[in-house]
Amino acid sequence: MNDILSFLTSPVVSGFFSASMRLAAPILLAALGGIYNERAGVLNIGMEGMMLMGSLIGFTIGHITGSLWLGVLAAALTGVLLGLILGFFTITLDANQVVAGISINLLCVGLASFLYRLFYGLGLQPRGTDYGIWNIPGLSQIPVIGPMFFQQSPLVYLTYLIIAVSFIVIFRSSWGLSIIATGENPAAAETLGVNVVRTRYISMVISGALCGIGGAFLSLVATSVFLDNMTAGRGYIALAILLLGRRNPLGLLAAALMFGAADALQLRTQLLNIGIPFQFMLMLPYLLTIVVLSFFVRRTDNPAALGEHFKQGGGES
Amino acid sequence: MEFTEKKPSFDNQPILQVKDIIVTYGSFVANDHINLDIHPGEIHALLGENGAGKTTLMKVLVGLLQPKSGKIFLEDHEVTIDSAITAQSMGIGMVHQHFMLIPTLTVAQNVCIGLRSAGYPFPDLRKVSNRIRELSERYNLQVDPNVKVSQLSVGAQQRVEIIKVLYRGARILILDEPTAVLTPQETDGLFEVIQNLAQQNNSIIFISHKLNEVMTISHRITVLRQGKVVATRNTPETDVRELARLMVGHDLGNLNVRHNVAKTTTPPLVRIENLRFMDERKLESLRRIDLDIHEGEIHGIAGVDGNGQEELARILAGLFTPSSGKVWLAGQDITHASPARRISAGMAYIPGDRQRTGLVLDMSVIENSILELNTHDPYSKNGFMNFNEINNLATNLVQSYDIRCRDLQQNVGTLSGGNQQKLVLARQLFRNPRFIIAMQPTRGLDVGATEYVHSMLIEQQKRGSAILLISTELDEVLELSDRVSVIYGGQIMGTFNHGQTNKETIGLLMAGKTL
Amino acid sequence: MTQPIPETSRPSNSFDQILRRVFTPDLASTLGSIVLAMIVGAGLIALRGVNLLLAYQALFDGAFGNLNSIAESLIVATPLALAGIGVTIAFRAGVFNVGAEGQLYIGAIASTYVGLTFANLPGYLLIPLMMLTAMLAGGLWAGIAGLLKVWMGASEMINTIMLNYIATFLVSYLVHGPLQEPGSPLGQTAMLPAQAWLVHILPRTRLHAGLIIAVIISIIAAVVLWRTTWGFHIRVVGKNPIAAQAAGIQVNWILLSALMASGALAGLAGYGEAAGPQHRMIEYISPGYGYTAIVVALLGQLNPLGVLAAAILFGGLEVGATTMESAVGVPSAVVTVIQYLIVLFLIGRGAFDLIRQKLHREKKSEQRA
Repeated sequence: MNDILSFLTSPVVSGFFSASMRLAAPILLAALGGIYNERAGVLNIGMEGMMLMGSLIGFTIGHITGSLWLGVLAAALTGVLLGLILGFFTITLDANQVVAGISINLLCVGLASFLYRLFYGLGLQPRGTDYGIWNIPGLSQIPVIGPMFFQQSPLVYLTYLIIAVSFIVIFRSSWGLSIIATGENPAAAETLGVNVVRTRYISMVISGALCGIGGAFLSLVATSVFLDNMTAGRGYIALAILLLGRRNPLGLLAAALMFGAADALQLRTQLLNIGIPFQFMLMLPYLLTIVVLSFFVRRTDNPAALGEHFKQGGGES
Repeated sequence: MEFTEKKPSFDNQPILQVKDIIVTYGSFVANDHINLDIHPGEIHALLGENGAGKTTLMKVLVGLLQPKSGKIFLEDHEVTIDSAITAQSMGIGMVHQHFMLIPTLTVAQNVCIGLRSAGYPFPDLRKVSNRIRELSERYNLQVDPNVKVSQLSVGAQQRVEIIKVLYRGARILILDEPTAVLTPQETDGLFEVIQNLAQQNNSIIFISHKLNEVMTISHRITVLRQGKVVATRNTPETDVRELARLMVGHDLGNLNVRHNVAKTTTPPLVRIENLRFMDERKLESLRRIDLDIHEGEIHGIAGVDGNGQEELARILAGLFTPSSGKVWLAGQDITHASPARRISAGMAYIPGDRQRTGLVLDMSVIENSILELNTHDPYSKNGFMNFNEINNLATNLVQSYDIRCRDLQQNVGTLSGGNQQKLVLARQLFRNPRFIIAMQPTRGLDVGATEYVHSMLIEQQKRGSAILLISTELDEVLELSDRVSVIYGGQIMGTFNHGQTNKETIGLLMAGKTL
Repeated sequence: MTQPIPETSRPSNSFDQILRRVFTPDLASTLGSIVLAMIVGAGLIALRGVNLLLAYQALFDGAFGNLNSIAESLIVATPLALAGIGVTIAFRAGVFNVGAEGQLYIGAIASTYVGLTFANLPGYLLIPLMMLTAMLAGGLWAGIAGLLKVWMGASEMINTIMLNYIATFLVSYLVHGPLQEPGSPLGQTAMLPAQAWLVHILPRTRLHAGLIIAVIISIIAAVVLWRTTWGFHIRVVGKNPIAAQAAGIQVNWILLSALMASGALAGLAGYGEAAGPQHRMIEYISPGYGYTAIVVALLGQLNPLGVLAAAILFGGLEVGATTMESAVGVPSAVVTVIQYLIVLFLIGRGAFDLIRQKLHREKKSEQRA
């Protein structure tokens, strides 16, 4: 028993647990945003792009001001703007939601690359500052749970707050009821006085903001740099997590942790030099996504009106 | 059932007056100078065919549509109903034909949606549940507030809809085709509730196209035709024939149907044995279906929507797989055959939702014409399509079935409902199929198109096709069928020859009462 | 019961029909999107403080200014066109193949491996063998996502993207490992045997026969989509899979085969890059052609011939961008932005309709007042 305990509290293993959460957080944040828009019946396939732009803008503002929170705020606002744009295409213009989302992603890749060079010129990458970790006294000493949950950057604690708030909002508040109604039966919601279009726009804005914050996490907390394409598909993994976690904040936490652990594992085995070429370890999160998505998800949980266009005022006689 | 407690209520001031309302959709006039008045405690029926403008007018009253011109008066004050919330505050509430409920939420939650008074930002579900129980008692509407809507029966869901509307303080209730989904016995229950509401001084606007019901329940009747008010009558002063004439513009004709006594000597063309089906929610939609259909027979399936008809049709068409049981067509076991094989074997499927399952709206008439036949000779050779032959086929169909279209390239989505259905029929019947599954073939069609569809089916019957006619329009089923089976809860409750039974018996079976 | 016989459709190979098919109102808004994107791009360039006229001049010069430029543009256009046509077929069936990039990589490495292994075969055997390998490999790679979609209902959009990353990692391992050029520290394979190289079709340029392959494929694809039964099924399934199923079309087979055909063409694009400009497989053989191909497909209105035209446009933009960068210092990423703005405006086409409708309505109410 003591052996297990000392194993679990050893620096390597503690580090693994804390890294799991740290690597899970960006995906988790984006997926939390996704709860709002998917439950409201709109797809946000543009999460990858929103995260990437959040990474860039968050990093830049953080770098200039030296403040973590200002960087996060800037990233959130970037996400809001992108969310509005994508919302405009999908909600008002009834564009194909998948195509519009992917287009936003592609646009953001190019835009981020361009702006990055604009800001910093070609050459040396500026390194950001390390914003530090808050150890929660007492709680952070618990084996396994301590390092995982309570030895993290303040941004992670913000994430916990967002989880709690989201749970209360979606499942207990009247606005949450409106969101669910909008996603299951928008025509019914409208007859009850719910403004479907506005609800969906707001959900996209929230989604964009959280994606932006998730991206900022990558460049401000998880690392302290910005790299081209640094999101590396996390926005899409977030989509898979939404399904796995049943669009429930707590389910999302569990699912994201699983991916975070896979990511953390992959990084560590590279260092440990097991004998498997590192490229195969890099594949791990992506393989995991495929497996999870294909074999562990039930599609009957989808909000009934997800992805369908809604016309205000209905149609005929 | 007789409703003799009718209050004379027309001396008082009308509570609602509609004057000269005009509603247009682009150039189409849906409501043309509508005048209407409703008194407190009155049950006022709004009668008209599909497309006459009834639902449009009601959407105006509940704030979902804005009229182009006209005035509305509530208790003598002119009002503008600009949104659903405004209508609510004026005491106007509507129970829609297609329920506006969220299945994944409970009754109480459904009632709360969009309702500030239920608690903001956190609704007080306990308070709401109590009030729901109060209303249940007062109006005899049995409903458990804490049950998820998805687990309620159709009749119960309708009660929830009525409670929703009463909860928001409605004194004027609009019921849009409420009996479409009910058995005759559930309909009686509803009528009692309506009477109760009227006696407590609420007004009811009862929208329907069913003449008998309207005669039974209402105090006054307004008939709409093509967007205009044709007449308003006191119910005791009119009768079914006059109403029919007003509604349609001419006397309803009689179909010349030759009915065959069931041929029990020849083996049936189609045999369905012990069919069972479980849907993805693990509910048994079909418990046990045994049926057979002979050549030249129209076999009708009567029943209330949602008792397994859709599943039965889809299993026969090859779109669903039964959990057990067998289907034979001309002696061949086709239980697990693909739709393509069934089509080759001579089966034709006329789906209930033509726009989703029967047609590709975004394609032309000519392309829709060969949806099934595109792999057959002579329309396809070595994988390449033969456009000459396809052209000929399409021209043939359009001509023979009188499908009104600009040209063959016209997008099917822009055709009228009647012409769309004719295209679906044409495509299927052109092949002279041996077995036709006709699911709600006249839904949403006007009288002319309906008659046409009926005549086409009869023509196929005369040719010797076996036809399974599934419809929720009881009159249609009884009139056309040689034999009628009643479906309830996924089972066949009984089978009768034409003329061997009456509506009352069928109604009982439709409600699940065994004889 | 009878009515005048409706106008039968004109035979579909008449010139008039073709004209009407090409010059649709859609084309106007497509061109409009391009122009609008150029304007926004101009704004970004202005941010850099560069003279707009000089910048765009350098761009066009670099793209189509002389024979060499044209050749270079067409070289880039080739994989874009091939992968773009592949994406088109998938999109037409309603399948979102976002995995063209990965399929391209897999096709490239597989065909290179075959080219190296069978280096003693004569060219007229080796080249078709490599092409087939590329198509098979790309098709199977896409088929993974296709099978998962058809059997398990898994989103092919997410799976094809995941497979992209896996493909690039796999290639990275192979070109640094088992397939690495002996004696070289670089991430690349040995050079392909000379008979496997795609011939140059324009003297004194790098333009290779891959372009001809692309043109042939685009014609074949157009014929397949509009003349064959399989193509018809693809289009029906893409527009209404439910009606397709009821009409007897094997929807799952169509989804799978469309996705695999899509992957095959992307794989072929990979072969073209390996056997054409590179003469070997390298680690970063594609700078995102598979993703750009999506944009090209949409711009080409999901019509193979249009996709070819759009690919040439984008090829010109890419090539012109490097000239613009070296000439006036505007980063080539601006062109990437312009490219994607084009698509964004394309999708936002509906905005123009909305504005038009609103103006129309306001005019009407004014008339009434």
